[in-house]
Amino acid sequence: MAQCNNPIIEVNGLAKRVPTQGGELTLLQDIHFSILPGEAVAITGASGSGKSTLLGILAGLDIPSDGEVRISGRDLFALDEDGRALLRRDAIGFVFQAFQLLPNLTALENVMLPLELGDRHDAREQAAEILARVGLAARLTHYPRHLSGGEQQRVAIARAFVTRPRLLFADEPTGNLDSATGRRIIELLFEINREQGATLLMVTHDASLAERCSRALHLDAGRLT
Amino acid sequence: MKGLRFALRMLRRDWQAGELRLLCMALVVAVASVTAVSFFTDRINQALELQAGELLGGDLKVTATRPISAAVRQLAREAGLAQAEVVEFPSMVMSDDAARLASIKAVSPAYPLRGGIHITKRSPAPPHAAQDMPQAGEVWLEPRLLRHLGLEIGDEVTLGNARLHITAALVNEPARASGTLFTLAPRLLLSLADLPATGLVQPASRVTYSLLLSGPADRIRAFRRAAEEVLASGARITGPEGARPEIRSALERGGRFLGLAALVSVMLAGIAIAMAARRFAGRRLDDCAIMRCFGASQREIVTAYFLELLFLAIFASLLGCLAGYLAQLGLVGLLGSLVALELPAPSFFPVVAGMLTGLVTVLGFALPALLHIGRVPALRVLRRELGALPAYSLSIYGAGIIAFGLLVVWQTGDWAMSAYALSGVVGVLLSLAGIAAMLIYLLRVWQHRVPRSWRFGVMSLTHRAGGNSIQVAAFGVGMTVLLLLTMVRVDLLASWENTLPPDTPNRFLINIQGDQVEELHRRFQAAGIGGAGIFPMVRGRLVAINGAPVAPDSYRDERAQRLVAREFNLSWAAQLQVDNEITAGSWWDEGKGGDGLSVEEGLARTLGIHLGDRLDFEVAGSIFSGQVSSLRKVAWDSFRVNFFVIAAPGILDGYPANHISSLYIPPGKAEDFSAIVRDYPNVTVIDVAAIMDYVRVVMERIVLAVDYVFVFTLLSGLLVLFATIQATLDERIRENAIMRTLGAGRAQLVRALLVEFAAVGLLAGLVASGAATLLGMVLGARVFHLPYALDPVMILLGTLAGGVGVCIAGYLGTRRVLDRPPLQTLMERA
Repeated sequence: MAQCNNPIIEVNGLAKRVPTQGGELTLLQDIHFSILPGEAVAITGASGSGKSTLLGILAGLDIPSDGEVRISGRDLFALDEDGRALLRRDAIGFVFQAFQLLPNLTALENVMLPLELGDRHDAREQAAEILARVGLAARLTHYPRHLSGGEQQRVAIARAFVTRPRLLFADEPTGNLDSATGRRIIELLFEINREQGATLLMVTHDASLAERCSRALHLDAGRLT
Repeated sequence: MKGLRFALRMLRRDWQAGELRLLCMALVVAVASVTAVSFFTDRINQALELQAGELLGGDLKVTATRPISAAVRQLAREAGLAQAEVVEFPSMVMSDDAARLASIKAVSPAYPLRGGIHITKRSPAPPHAAQDMPQAGEVWLEPRLLRHLGLEIGDEVTLGNARLHITAALVNEPARASGTLFTLAPRLLLSLADLPATGLVQPASRVTYSLLLSGPADRIRAFRRAAEEVLASGARITGPEGARPEIRSALERGGRFLGLAALVSVMLAGIAIAMAARRFAGRRLDDCAIMRCFGASQREIVTAYFLELLFLAIFASLLGCLAGYLAQLGLVGLLGSLVALELPAPSFFPVVAGMLTGLVTVLGFALPALLHIGRVPALRVLRRELGALPAYSLSIYGAGIIAFGLLVVWQTGDWAMSAYALSGVVGVLLSLAGIAAMLIYLLRVWQHRVPRSWRFGVMSLTHRAGGNSIQVAAFGVGMTVLLLLTMVRVDLLASWENTLPPDTPNRFLINIQGDQVEELHRRFQAAGIGGAGIFPMVRGRLVAINGAPVAPDSYRDERAQRLVAREFNLSWAAQLQVDNEITAGSWWDEGKGGDGLSVEEGLARTLGIHLGDRLDFEVAGSIFSGQVSSLRKVAWDSFRVNFFVIAAPGILDGYPANHISSLYIPPGKAEDFSAIVRDYPNVTVIDVAAIMDYVRVVMERIVLAVDYVFVFTLLSGLLVLFATIQATLDERIRENAIMRTLGAGRAQLVRALLVEFAAVGLLAGLVASGAATLLGMVLGARVFHLPYALDPVMILLGTLAGGVGVCIAGYLGTRRVLDRPPLQTLMERA
């Protein structure tokens, strides 16, 4: 795993505020941190502390009210929406708590999707290969509704890694699973992450999970503590 | 009361949240389509009722093909009724430069007994009610007749042997439309006193005699009873209820057809309503589960939603009635001039009809989905999979189909016809949906081969095969009808004209007298106008077959009843016409015909006439008899003169006859032809080209009106499209968020949407063009008996129009999917 001194993620003075009927609500404020390539970082905190909002902003899925985010030195919000989408396609993988598979696509088609978006010609082969890697070689043509929660999350992990991303964002990846299945999924996630040498940023409120990461960022009411 | 207030509050909130707008719009379109037709037919009906006396010209009218008998006149005198006489027939009217076919009406001074006639004595002075009828030597002409003849008020005009002075332009005559639908020939009104001088009324002329009567209702009733006893055959009595039969019959058939056409929109709107209601109910399941948790009873929940729906139905139906009233003005614009009646304001009935349509549609299509909500268990708050709505259950669509069936029965008043109409609409919808599903399945098999940039759109289409098939079918039905109407209008008429040989007769000459036949024949030949067969014609009514009397009630078939009730044209000939073919028996040899009759095979079949039967005809009060010696097949569409019954030469001698001919006048001979016929003022010329132009104009108008009603169908199809889009909107928003997260650019997502909707539209266009072509071919072969060729341009245009239309509508309906930040969606889902 190659480590170098240039951070892959740099966050400076990040803040997020949303207007509500009762006035402005601050979700995040004064966030500063950086993450080096190959690190595995947990973002922890209580419900409503702003963990998922932070992850969403780091992935360019939402726009901050203040501050900047640099991915591999590039200012994420200097890019337009399509520019950020392109960055995600080329460099970022996602695993969600609710799996977020497309119900009308088979397991194989779900995994092919990011490759097809990138116009890759070997999408089918690559997708089948990684599905075999996560132990779902026999489930390629199954639709999400025919898969168990654990299997769905394996498909999601396969989809996240199939593009060999430099960064993997995981949002409570075991939140919808029982503890035994959750453990197996986490093993798989860390295993493939190691194989591919990606930087992992994981939102979790599970302390034991956070301990498996190289360090943790703790959020409390929108601030890093 | 508490429930009422609660329901109103819910309605306000749901309306503000935009949840009910599509349902409301669909209902407005459904009610507007039905009420537009209803308002229009109601106004014509009212015009006919309110102006019945004026339209008839009296309280009662006795009509006959021969002068009204003395016995009837005597009865009217004894009853103390006012009388006016009218004689009507078609004839040529001539100026020094032009000759025109006109509808001649000679009236006695007392005419009309009810209503009035509007004339102008000095153009362009405004018209006024005429105090008297034209005096002897005077005529009044409809303005378009004046225009055609190049004449003005004050000029003279030739009618038969008489030269008459034009003293007024006849602007409006309630007893006869001045519009175009039923009035091929414009009117000329003259005094009855001048009729003999014209020399136009000959024993066998086609003349209608009428006696108009007015007086107190009881005396009119008494007269009617007595007169029916002494009425000669071929004569009939008409009361105000029978005024303007041509409009009544057109109204009954046309109104019913337009009403059914409007119901197609109701059916499609119903589908949109069912879909919108299902989505609405689906989104209320959690609310209801929580309400149940807090102690609301099933009854309270159902009542609240029922009332909410009822308020919405009332509001939307009222809006629909208003839209229908406005749309009706368009129908009046298209068809009003054809019926030319003073149309009164509509009655309240169409509003009632509209409200009922709205309520039945909502109850049928929307209520079942909402009733499901009442059954949601409180446990759903813990287990979300409980109490989910069934996908497309029979209980949801079954109730809608029953409601629609009731509307059809109400519209037609005929169970059998309703069953046909209902199964027709449902059948077409299911067929189109089935074909669409099949095409989508084929596309699914083939989708990995489509260009990469289109693939997401095609996949989106194939993954929503069910909803998309319904979209294709709903949109396709509207398009099928519009395309079919375009084809019928353009192609079938053109196709028919093309089937006619170039020398097809284009002029008919009627009313030729026996002593003019030889001379006319000679003059036509000298002018190089050939092929003019001039045929004798005697008018007679069939009274007995093999000695057994026949009357209209001897037959169950409507056509047979009509044929027996009226006089038809008999002729005699030594030789069989070239376009006739003997199918049974044999044609007579020259001079050996005896009392043989040759009968057209269709007529023989309808009336049950066989070879060897003896037929008795009443001709001018005496009986003429003959034996059927052959049956003939006649090409009626040849535009040549043909007869139902032809007698062997000799046996009709002595009966009053006039002659008829049809000729082909090449463009270069038109002047010579006009010059010849101008010397025979009694001969009436009917220009086929003018009739064809007239038919085309009338048909264009009617087809436009039908198109107009079917625009509502297209609108409803569009609403189904929006309803299906809305039904999948949540799913699309989520898919969009995931795709964006995985790195899809906006252009990629827009392209996927455009490809999906263009494909839906192209499929709808293709299926509709195919269905319209197929129906066009079936109609051509079975109804119009015309070859109908495939029109690739029409199919291509129809397909493209569908593609572009749905593409634009679909993009507009889903645009907001693209504008939603993905994180918001993903966090909501989590």
